Amino acid sequence: MAAADGTGTAAAGGTGTREVTATVERMGFFTDTSVCIGCKACEVACKEWNAIPEDGMELTGMSYDNTQGLGASTWRHVAFIEQSKPVVPKEHPGQHQHQGDGAQSPQGEGPQDDADVFALAAQGSGSSELRWLMSSDVCKHCTHAACLDVCPTGSLFRTEFGTVVVQEDICNGCGYCVPACPYGVIEQRPDDGRAFKCTLCYDRLGEGQTPACAKACPTESIQYGPLDELRERAADRVEELHRAGVPDARLYGHDPDDGVGGDGAFFLLLDEPEVYGLPPDPVVTTRDLPAMWKQAGAAALTLLGGLAAAFATSGKPKTTRGSFTRRRP
Amino acid sequence: MTTAPLNGGKRRRKRRGEQTVVPDAEFTSYYGKPILNTPEWKPLNIGGYFFLGGLAGAGSLLAAGATATQRPVMARSMKITSTVAIAGSAAALIHDLGKPARFANMLRVLKPTSPMSVGSWLLAAYGPLAGAAAVSDLTGVLPRAGHAATAGAALLGPAVATYTAVLASDTAAPAWHDGYRELPFVFAGSATAAAAGTALLTAPLRENRPARHAALFGAGLEAAATHRLESRLGIVAETYRKGLAGRLMRSAKVLTAAGALAGAAAGGRNRGLAAMSGAALLAGSVCTRLGVFHAGRAALADPKYTVVPQRERLRAREAAQATMATPSTDHNHAPPTEPT
Repeated sequence: MAAADGTGTAAAGGTGTREVTATVERMGFFTDTSVCIGCKACEVACKEWNAIPEDGMELTGMSYDNTQGLGASTWRHVAFIEQSKPVVPKEHPGQHQHQGDGAQSPQGEGPQDDADVFALAAQGSGSSELRWLMSSDVCKHCTHAACLDVCPTGSLFRTEFGTVVVQEDICNGCGYCVPACPYGVIEQRPDDGRAFKCTLCYDRLGEGQTPACAKACPTESIQYGPLDELRERAADRVEELHRAGVPDARLYGHDPDDGVGGDGAFFLLLDEPEVYGLPPDPVVTTRDLPAMWKQAGAAALTLLGGLAAAFATSGKPKTTRGSFTRRRP
Repeated sequence: MTTAPLNGGKRRRKRRGEQTVVPDAEFTSYYGKPILNTPEWKPLNIGGYFFLGGLAGAGSLLAAGATATQRPVMARSMKITSTVAIAGSAAALIHDLGKPARFANMLRVLKPTSPMSVGSWLLAAYGPLAGAAAVSDLTGVLPRAGHAATAGAALLGPAVATYTAVLASDTAAPAWHDGYRELPFVFAGSATAAAAGTALLTAPLRENRPARHAALFGAGLEAAATHRLESRLGIVAETYRKGLAGRLMRSAKVLTAAGALAGAAAGGRNRGLAAMSGAALLAGSVCTRLGVFHAGRAALADPKYTVVPQRERLRAREAAQATMATPSTDHNHAPPTEPT
């Protein structure tokens, strides 16, 4: 299964192998924000590979963030959060360690024995030092994707890699997917009306390539691969960070039992999700759709009953003028 | 990162140096930016779509009732109203797509998980029936088929009037999604008020009694459902009370109540008063639909309505789980602080 190994090796063996990709494992992203350095290489690579138009040229004053959020023309967005919050809480005195230490030895090469340098550095600034969180956000490629569910045309579909993609030639610009997304990812382009979002580089995946953002990431903050493998790797990484004295480290979107059935693109965060502009407990809206139809049915019957009563209590008109109409059968 | 008090507009309130426990009325967001995205829906297109669909659907029921009880003027006016309204509703939807040719893709599939797909097919079935009923009535051609079409449109009418509530509810917009229990009843009541209003406007005094009764029923249903909606939504109910949505919802309440009561009191004796109460009912229904639309927009635009209810839900779930086992990864809930 060459296309599934996620290391960028091209699918070996021509068309026969291409058929096999129909049964490949589910692919996804694990974005480990603890090693993100805010370089925005992912944003640029995504723009270039997918030929995404300009998304506004403004200086927002939101730290280094000038793209502000995901949208029709921003498929990777790097968030910058400046906090006057101690990197390591006071309950963990002996373990002062810089949160970015993972960058020194990415992918977990055993315990962090070189922590003393960072401990010394941290002691200098006391308990009120600034910490700077960076995180590259992307479409979550939900297991239960509301955008896909509510799309009336079938333009949004699930690929053989388990990702969610818009077919632009079928999208009719109704915009229903936009408020349906619990993460605020998909959006319409104002001049065009159709909806656009991350495709997880569907065109690259088919060729056994790594998505552009993951390929461009210099710290392996964005990791691409089979979802099961990524989940294991992420669990190890969180444990490693907890051991290293970063108790705030937590996974987001990794749980198959959450409101969207787990995300195909999940994250390791160092604070609450809403700090990064992510919903703390997203739920796929269509989970309640059967209940909604039931309510609408009850309301429709109420309407029918109410109007039947309105006629029943009104009798015949005061003066009848012959039989203009016949009673319907 | 921004901490904002729940009830105030001051999003960047300074909390420097405070190390107290975060009060419940605080939430955190990313520079106050919305979490959810807002569609490029024009208020008049989508609010109008809701309103016209309701007017058409409930109108078909009045048309059938008027036909069955020998109220020919009311029957004819309601058949015409329903046809014009459903055509206008479809036009509003198509106009909102930007390029009319794109509408064809709407009927490419039938997807039960998409209320918009179901609704498009519903309109495709209902529209011709409503039209046939009107044409047959106006021309006298094929009276049997006309009656069958009238009955068919009346059967689909309640669905046409209420499915738009599901359309709105089946989104992540808290004001719409969280109100999925009440919104269909709000829409059913508002649709009835609009159709009864049209009947009061167009039907002679001799025929308008059912319309007056229907107006009372619709106004009562809408008022009760709206009250329940607002009392059940917690903090999200603010979106129905504040700003443009709040003004529209209040106007709707006054117009609908005044229209229904005035119609009931004097609509049977005074043609002018009947027409005025009918116009008030129609205006009230327009306000309700636009109010619901703008409440949803307000809920999409403010991260508060996404974060606070979800946090409450999480807290409740964690409290329930805590009784079963002590959590191993209990995160340190340090108070949110300001960016420097």
